[in-house]
Amino acid sequence: MGKYRCPGCDYTYDEGQGDIHEGYPAGTPFESLPEDFTCPDCAVRYKVDFEPVDG
Amino acid sequence: MSTTYVLDHPEQGRIEYTDKKRYLWMSSLFMPLLPLLGIALYFAFDSQWLLATPLLFSYLVIPFLDWALGSDTNNPPEEIVPQLEQDTYYRLLTWFTVPMHFIVLIAIAWFVGTEILTLWSVLALALTAGSYSGLGINTAHELGHKKPDFERWLAKIVLAVPAYGHFCIEHNRGHHRDVATPDDPASSRMGESIYAFVLREIPGAFKRGWEVEKERLARLGKSEWSIHNDILQSYAISAVLQGGLIIAFGWIMVPFLVIHNVWAWYQLTSANYIEHYGLLRQKEANGRYERCQPYHSWNANYVFSNILLFHLERHSDHHVNPTRRYQSLRNFDGIPELPNGYYGMYLLAYIPWLWYKVMDKRVLALPHINGDLSKVNIEPSRREEIYAKFGSGQQHAALAS
Repeated sequence: MGKYRCPGCDYTYDEGQGDIHEGYPAGTPFESLPEDFTCPDCAVRYKVDFEPVDG
Repeated sequence: MSTTYVLDHPEQGRIEYTDKKRYLWMSSLFMPLLPLLGIALYFAFDSQWLLATPLLFSYLVIPFLDWALGSDTNNPPEEIVPQLEQDTYYRLLTWFTVPMHFIVLIAIAWFVGTEILTLWSVLALALTAGSYSGLGINTAHELGHKKPDFERWLAKIVLAVPAYGHFCIEHNRGHHRDVATPDDPASSRMGESIYAFVLREIPGAFKRGWEVEKERLARLGKSEWSIHNDILQSYAISAVLQGGLIIAFGWIMVPFLVIHNVWAWYQLTSANYIEHYGLLRQKEANGRYERCQPYHSWNANYVFSNILLFHLERHSDHHVNPTRRYQSLRNFDGIPELPNGYYGMYLLAYIPWLWYKVMDKRVLALPHINGDLSKVNIEPSRREEIYAKFGSGQQHAALAS
């Protein structure tokens, strides 16, 4: 399970935990988030902008 | 006493920063005295004319003080920002502001409901209460952008005072995504008066906020008509608060609260109108708009109104870093600058021909636009007229390039 970070505000999408409030259950792969996904915290970075986090 | 933040930077050496405005930010705790000042003066001198004092202060004294006190030289170095963000003092001030918005509305409603007043006095009091609740939307703006759930809840609660519970969702997830594009109901266009803008902004913002929340709840498999709806949660508090005021103080509360609510919303409309007037992000080859840049927001760097508005006027930095806290927002050279603070600019916006006269040339003179109307967000119904008027500006740009 990977993690992906918003380069603007450091919000991290953890595939293991998903984002319950946003409606993405635990285990939702980053790949399957909608194409128009924007950062839930700052909303000014898109899915393509997110960076994988090592480890 | 002052607090100095220090950082030993590996390359730049020792960096120090003292926030000269640290204690001025406490004025948010004293702001409730302004809307209540008119009532205090009325009791002291028994004249209903004095009820207009807070409004006169907002629209005459604040623009004057912005002009007289001038620009704010306080600007934290980027390296110090993480320390500033951690300082609890600043966030406590925004939290304490929340209950004050309830107290002030209830106090003014009590006064309106229990004193014999002329219609003009009721109107002045409704506008005064609405102005302060407009400031409450500003507090919600500061809190709603933050990551902790507690602060987002406070935002929902304070938004209940002017019954504008959809604001944070629509603003964070809609306006910030679409800002300075023709798609954004909360970005004004060149040639669009504030009176046309308000009719596009208020319904457009509500619709977008509701859609965003509906999509989120659909992903959760929940109906938008449920207690999980963040917008309805805030509206429910509004219903209790405002319904309670009607029960307590009678039918006079209905027109009073309607005017109060609309005037509070209109404060936000006014801010939205001046914050991105005419500015336009370009579409990239992939069909998306370019990322919001500092030159996509209008700024004002005046000490006085920035203190009143939690640095809202340092708007470029806010749009580039939306989750950044107010004490850390920075001013930059060479970004779009308004000629007065927000309150002064609101007055100007209410006189459209004068607004166009002051602002249109400022839009065209921005370095990234340089007279090129294709880089301006223009009101479609006035496109030909604006091209005819400023066409020479475009030729100028073509010659210069």
